[in-house]
Amino acid sequence: MPANNYEYFLLLPHIVLSVGIVLSILIEIFTRKGKEVLPWFSSLLFLFVGFYSIINIDKNFFIFGGMVEVGGRASIFNFIFNIAALLTVLASTDYIKKYGINYSEYYILIQSSVLGMMVMAMAHDILVIFMGLELMSICFYILAGLNRKRSSNNEASLKYFLLGSFATGFIVYGIALVYGTTGSTSIQNIFENFMQYFNNILFIVGMLLLLIGFSFKIAAVPFHMWVPDVYQGSATSVTGLMSTAGKAAAFSVLLILLGTSLSYSSPIVFRNYFSVIAVLSTLVGSIIAIAQTNLKRMLAYSSIAHAGYMAIGLAAGNNYSFAGITFYLAAYVFMNIGAFTIISLIEGKDETRLTLNSYAGLNKKSPFLAAMMSLFMFALAGIPPMAGFFGKYYVFFGAIKSDLTWLAIVGVLSSLISVYFYLRVVVYVYFMNENEQFEIEKSVGSNLAISLTGLLVLLFGIFPDSLMNLIVNFIK
Amino acid sequence: MINLIYLTVLLPLIGFLFNGLFGSKIKNEKIIGIIGSSTVGISFLIVVGAFIQTLSLPVEQRSNTVEIFTWLNVAGLNIKFAYLVDQLSLTMGLIVTGVGFLIHIYSIGYMHGDKGYWRFFSYLNLFIFAMMNLILGDNFLVLFLGWEGVGLCSYLLIGFWYDRNFEKGTTSQAAKKAFVVNRIGDFGFLLGMFLIYFTFDSLNFKEVFAKATTFPVTETTFSLIALFLFIGATGKSAQIPLFVWLPDAMAGPTPVSALIHAATMVTAGVYMVSRASILFASAPSIMIVVAVIGLLTALMAASIGLVQNDIKKVLAYSTVSQLGYMFLAAGVGAFSASIFHVMTHAFFKALLFLGAGSVIHGMHEEQNIQNYGGLKKYMPKTYITFFIATLAITGVPGLSGFFSKDEILWNAYANGSFVFWLIGVLTAMMTAFYMFRLLSLTFYGNERFDHHHVHPHESPAVMTVPLMILAFLSVVGGFVGMPKVFVGEHGNLFENWLEPIYKPAQLKLAHFGMHSHFEEILLMAISVVLALSAIYFALKVYTQKPEIAESVSSKFKGLYNLLLNKYFVDEIYEASVVQPIQKGSEKLLWKFADVKIIDGAVNGVALLIDKLAEQIKKIQTGFVQYYALVMIAGIAVVLFFLLFSL
Repeated sequence: MPANNYEYFLLLPHIVLSVGIVLSILIEIFTRKGKEVLPWFSSLLFLFVGFYSIINIDKNFFIFGGMVEVGGRASIFNFIFNIAALLTVLASTDYIKKYGINYSEYYILIQSSVLGMMVMAMAHDILVIFMGLELMSICFYILAGLNRKRSSNNEASLKYFLLGSFATGFIVYGIALVYGTTGSTSIQNIFENFMQYFNNILFIVGMLLLLIGFSFKIAAVPFHMWVPDVYQGSATSVTGLMSTAGKAAAFSVLLILLGTSLSYSSPIVFRNYFSVIAVLSTLVGSIIAIAQTNLKRMLAYSSIAHAGYMAIGLAAGNNYSFAGITFYLAAYVFMNIGAFTIISLIEGKDETRLTLNSYAGLNKKSPFLAAMMSLFMFALAGIPPMAGFFGKYYVFFGAIKSDLTWLAIVGVLSSLISVYFYLRVVVYVYFMNENEQFEIEKSVGSNLAISLTGLLVLLFGIFPDSLMNLIVNFIK
Repeated sequence: MINLIYLTVLLPLIGFLFNGLFGSKIKNEKIIGIIGSSTVGISFLIVVGAFIQTLSLPVEQRSNTVEIFTWLNVAGLNIKFAYLVDQLSLTMGLIVTGVGFLIHIYSIGYMHGDKGYWRFFSYLNLFIFAMMNLILGDNFLVLFLGWEGVGLCSYLLIGFWYDRNFEKGTTSQAAKKAFVVNRIGDFGFLLGMFLIYFTFDSLNFKEVFAKATTFPVTETTFSLIALFLFIGATGKSAQIPLFVWLPDAMAGPTPVSALIHAATMVTAGVYMVSRASILFASAPSIMIVVAVIGLLTALMAASIGLVQNDIKKVLAYSTVSQLGYMFLAAGVGAFSASIFHVMTHAFFKALLFLGAGSVIHGMHEEQNIQNYGGLKKYMPKTYITFFIATLAITGVPGLSGFFSKDEILWNAYANGSFVFWLIGVLTAMMTAFYMFRLLSLTFYGNERFDHHHVHPHESPAVMTVPLMILAFLSVVGGFVGMPKVFVGEHGNLFENWLEPIYKPAQLKLAHFGMHSHFEEILLMAISVVLALSAIYFALKVYTQKPEIAESVSSKFKGLYNLLLNKYFVDEIYEASVVQPIQKGSEKLLWKFADVKIIDGAVNGVALLIDKLAEQIKKIQTGFVQYYALVMIAGIAVVLFFLLFSL
């Protein structure tokens, strides 16, 4: 435990980001150049925070009386969040101009939501988790309705808010029960006295309600109903961020909550819970995605299925599968943001050109976008040598290690189903004749975001060990 | 320089990417050619540097591993992407980059004006990249990566002129044939690899070979491993029964035939057997199989070569035959002799092919030697270098081919049997005959081409200089491996250099046979005399009395047709393997199993899922109250089960 005044120093990434948010607000208020300055200011901010965190990964301490953990696992997640936000900001430059929603709030809200995620990832106390969760969620509710002139945006925002609040209600109730039975909000305390609390059914119910609340956030079946509507209705770039960094943040909390509790002797309740969630999510997500022709909606269902694959890792509950989930999240962030960026480029001004038909013959319009779209689809389908393959591989392998081979088999089968709708996009891109003529405008930012994500998806697919070793060393 | 060895792989890759991506936009052939050649040239210099550095090290430290990155580390399977720089890989590396560089230079002239100029050089670079991975890899998986890579390049380059016809079909068909036949071999290789991993729990060369001498492994297992690996080798190195693709591979441009289908890629099988020498030495019965297959291939291919009329076909069969010699050597435990022959063969066979290319170039794409004749005075440089290469391959004393072939024949006798030696010498006689037949029909005698249309001319310097360098190497290349009978027990530099690699295998094989120097010199003299008489006979027949050839061929019409049609092997395969598979695939697998059963099931399931999806989709009503209800229901179910499970 470091000396008290040193503790603040370890929080530097969070402090820098907070100051950055305040500065952004001031820039917005006092200058007229907010719209031009903030994209670059935010990018630099995310770049700094992300890399500062990952560089200081080995400064792994519990500070503030054990309420938060810095370095290590939290650093890895900070990196994922910030890179996701950075890519989103880069990628959305074209999109928000196209829709005339180039507001400064957009950047400030993204910054705030990232701060919320970072608080979630470092929390080691249920109240801190809640604080971070609300900060992130409220930002997302607003971001979802960013384009207030469009009714679909308003609908998405409201639905998200209503159902999100509903889920939050359960989380709060769960926190109350856990606090009531343990007399503490410290996660460390739960771990240490788990066997003692375990016999108390109210404690188990409390924990389950917490897990259910976060199952909502990761978009797992049967708490997934909001996902297709919200993902489809929100601005595409926002969907990209919600479906990746938002999901990663919720998973970071699940990893903390389950942490060591599953390695205790009676994990059967949680394991069963996540096994069922995993099976339902992978199958429902993959199967319904087949019937979708709207790409955003298809990716929403795909996101449900991916939550299911990762939930397999939660059910497995060993260090290896947890490391696998973290790897999976990193991979998922890159491939999904890449895919959403391309969708945001193709779609027209008024939510047109979102269906598969608009992708017919994309190869002729833009060979680059066609190739990258195929790359992301292959990655999402989990075909080597893309990063998506190893994400699934590690998680499934973790399941086998925990004697949950059947769950891994279900996972593989549902991946098989999912190949159909992913590759259908590739078929449209390359083998169908164009039936619409339109111009694709892309700026440096979008090109950069797509190239970067594509490169990372390939890089982590060819050298999975480089990332996995880092994760394994710090996930405990 | 050893630590820089990864550059020898990286540079050709960069060359491939550069020419592959931007080549079509660069209109200047010089830039493309220089980039393509220089990447290989620099690689060669680095290999030379690593070679010199390794030579300066004491013998025990000459095997160095250069780790690049960890490739896979999952569940006990730990594969490092690492390169093994030792005597064997350096020897092969020198051959590949050295001869490869000369052929790249030659191609600058040969491919001049071709519309796929940039494509050609990018493929060639890709080939060098894959080949260097094959020989430098420190485990079976990296070797396999290169193995598949060279197969791909071979396919791409055989079908390089995809719009041209080749014999009865197209070049693409020849390319496909090569690819498919190689896949059969690769399948064997894969099985061998699985068995190795299963037995030794590793794919790393050093670990596997160390365990091979210490683990209690039955001879049956060793035999299976060696057999599977050897099947892989017969595919890549064109041995019976998988040799049929190599003659058709001549559909590719001639520099490709020289580089891939003579000097380097086809020797990959020999290299692999040699690398895994301890595994083969532990399976004596498979060693005999290797030797016999090698010997039969050598004999069969040489006899086919006697009557072929396409200049490249003769050389192709000659390559198959020489590869047979190399396997004969490996099969009798003379691994160093097999690699020695790989080296000398690379020199003279590359030279023969490039010379043939020069002739074809000067004769306006004519390849039939019956339409040549008297070209000596039109292309003197090509003639002299071709003549030297012919002397080398026929084993005229003093030239490189003599030393390597003699070492193989002597080992075949000393460690094998007299019959091996006898067939080997018979093959050598045939080799001498068909090579001088080729030489005579091309460069001597009457000019049989049409003077109005064909104006033979010498090739430019960019093509003839590589010929001269290769001719020089064909002459002196053998002196590093002089027979022990002349230079004493430790005088054979080549064998001394490679000796540490084969030590475990040699200990296992332990040849104790004693043979006198007299025996060795006598056998050598006999083979030389026989080869010289075959040369004399061939020269006599094809320059002075061509009617003898005709009367012989008409007298033994059956035999002649058998040889001309290559023992009908292609036809037999067509009837016994290809047709049944094709018919079976079409009637049974395609129209019944695939269309009815599999497609039916798949489409049925897909239809079902599709219908299911349409139905489930309807649950998504869009009403937020309904969504909340589903959530509540979910929570209720979870809590319900919780209460009942406690």
